[in-house]
Amino acid sequence: MAINLKKMAANRELLAGGHRSCAGCSAPAVLRQALHVSGPETIVGFATGCMEVSTTIYPFTSWRVPFIHCAFENVAATLSGAEAAFRVLKRKGRLPEDKKLNFIAFGGDGGTYDIGFQSLSGMMERGHDMLYICYDNNAYMNTGIQRSSATPRGAATNTSPTGKVVSGKQQQRKDMTACMIAHNIPYVAQASVSNHIDFMRKVARGLEVDGPAFINILAPCHRGWRCKPEDSIEVARLAVETRYWPLFEVDDGRWKINRKPKEVVPVADWFKLQGRFRHLLKEDPDGILDWHQEKIEKNWKSLLQREQESQIEG
Amino acid sequence: MHKQIALTGNDAGAEALKDVNPDVAAVFPITPQTELMHKFSSFAHDGVVETELIHVESEHSAQSACFGSAAAGARTITATSSQGLMLMAEICVLTASTRLPVVMPVVNRAISAPINIHCDHSDSMFCRDSGWIQLYCEDTQEVYDTVIQAFRIAEHPDVLLPVMVCLDGFIISHTMEGLEVIGPEATQKFVGPYDPAFSLLNTVDPISIGPLHLAEYYFECRRQMIEAMDNARRVIVEVGQEYGELTGRTYGHLERYRLDDAEVAIVAIGSTCGTAKVAADKMRENGIKAGVLRLRTFRPFPGEEIAEALCGVGAVAVMDRSVSYGLRGGPVFSEIRSFAGADAPPMISYIYGIGGRDVYTRDLEAIFEDLARIGRSGDCGEVYRYLGLRE
Repeated sequence: MAINLKKMAANRELLAGGHRSCAGCSAPAVLRQALHVSGPETIVGFATGCMEVSTTIYPFTSWRVPFIHCAFENVAATLSGAEAAFRVLKRKGRLPEDKKLNFIAFGGDGGTYDIGFQSLSGMMERGHDMLYICYDNNAYMNTGIQRSSATPRGAATNTSPTGKVVSGKQQQRKDMTACMIAHNIPYVAQASVSNHIDFMRKVARGLEVDGPAFINILAPCHRGWRCKPEDSIEVARLAVETRYWPLFEVDDGRWKINRKPKEVVPVADWFKLQGRFRHLLKEDPDGILDWHQEKIEKNWKSLLQREQESQIEG
Repeated sequence: MHKQIALTGNDAGAEALKDVNPDVAAVFPITPQTELMHKFSSFAHDGVVETELIHVESEHSAQSACFGSAAAGARTITATSSQGLMLMAEICVLTASTRLPVVMPVVNRAISAPINIHCDHSDSMFCRDSGWIQLYCEDTQEVYDTVIQAFRIAEHPDVLLPVMVCLDGFIISHTMEGLEVIGPEATQKFVGPYDPAFSLLNTVDPISIGPLHLAEYYFECRRQMIEAMDNARRVIVEVGQEYGELTGRTYGHLERYRLDDAEVAIVAIGSTCGTAKVAADKMRENGIKAGVLRLRTFRPFPGEEIAEALCGVGAVAVMDRSVSYGLRGGPVFSEIRSFAGADAPPMISYIYGIGGRDVYTRDLEAIFEDLARIGRSGDCGEVYRYLGLRE
């Protein structure tokens, strides 16, 4: 599906303004970009989190499409119930047989990488026809910036603060996209809120495939990353340009890198924009900066190799 | 088509679900519920029902899938026991407070630790304040009948609360008994089509389900649930009577067995009531006017009806198959006591059958005899007692 922004701009926004997310938050852009692709015939499921809380403060709702929220850890299971209901109601003739609906589940990294991991894995294994979009802001931001398994090594959060003895998160992040690829589902992609055309094309593909799809989209939280609100998109872009967060997709087993930065930007440049890494720029006795740079090079090489293998296999 | 067959309690539950033909079932194994879903899965895979099975990876996801399915306008079921109910308890509360009429057989089993697979009521009693209606069955016939009625109760527009149909693990779930079934045609006519007022799948007039309620609205939500539970009091009786007209088996909140002229009475829930009835018959042969009050409904709690039913009885023993730690006596005893007026009979609390400890007719006969002594002397002695416990 070709993304026609001009045409989309004429569409009615399906996420109404007036919601309570922070100024400069990148997550509403993720929702709006996804909804521009999926259109009004979409059922949205949401894990508890910033976007759920800020868009549905009763008696108001920002959602112009059907929306369901149950709990923090179960959006995949909850929406899989709705998707199963849709199938059986069509089969039993209580809904038109040719009716088509898009099912999109959204969760933050806490609700996806951590507490919702089991529910998500179950949904993927069962093969429900739905798209799961993780908006990854690298920590539990709704509860006030606590480390999650998506938090990068070295980053300071309120549960991995800079201290006199220990500073920042000690462990490396979980590669959630790889976990989803390992489920051998029809479509998995990594995207960034900074590269909206790429993301929207991926949403379209995720909805198009028969069965489950997963998109992991980097969506910075300036509060948690300690950057300027007006830099939310820029800091996401730099994550792509440093190749810390490569844009790629695995479509029916075929790997493709969607952006290959021409100039290699060192990861230190990305760190400099964010207060959560400030302590590392002053003092880095464990060599975390170098560790990141090496890991980036290694991952990139591996991605290139996968892509090449996919091309050979055709 | 009414016909007599023999089934275990689990199979009777599956038979009733088969006759209802629900839209969606979330399936996950746990002893002793497992066979119920084995049987129901066979009905689905043989094409006897058109139900969509969701093979979830945990009970937490089972209840979550039920939440999504029921919100999408599908008639939805699952079944569980013990740790499974514990795991899904968080979402059970959400199902009730979102007013989704899910029906769930709960095959009662003790909760860990230590791990134990046998019957007591500590699992469902743990969920007594979850907002679910709770109906307890005495035998396989009642399992079949109650599962069918549960849909009518849950889906009633004045109620819209989920229903747990509780049956004693192994004692009922794995015991084969004769029962009468009414078949899918009569069942589906009785239950009626499912056409909820709101559906998540309506894209023309979309709704947001599960919004954030802050201090300005949350309290009223709870008040509406209290009202719904109060309405269920009436609806359970209405549905039980209508079912009686169809089958000859009428149900209400309570069953009064030889209670009219009883001098002593045992109050219990579940399969123990059958044993208590046999004991009461024997007592009457021996000249003690014994009766049994069986609670079928535990939520909503029929406190006034219980107080009225026990009025005039000389002494009463209340049997609890679960414990409320820090409160002397179990939940059945303490709740009955909260409705007891000044003229209420003396009441003894028995904690019994914990972790599947057997209860024999002779145990209950001894209780009746003791109650008769209390009735004569007016002296209760120790109020809080244990039955069958090694001290």
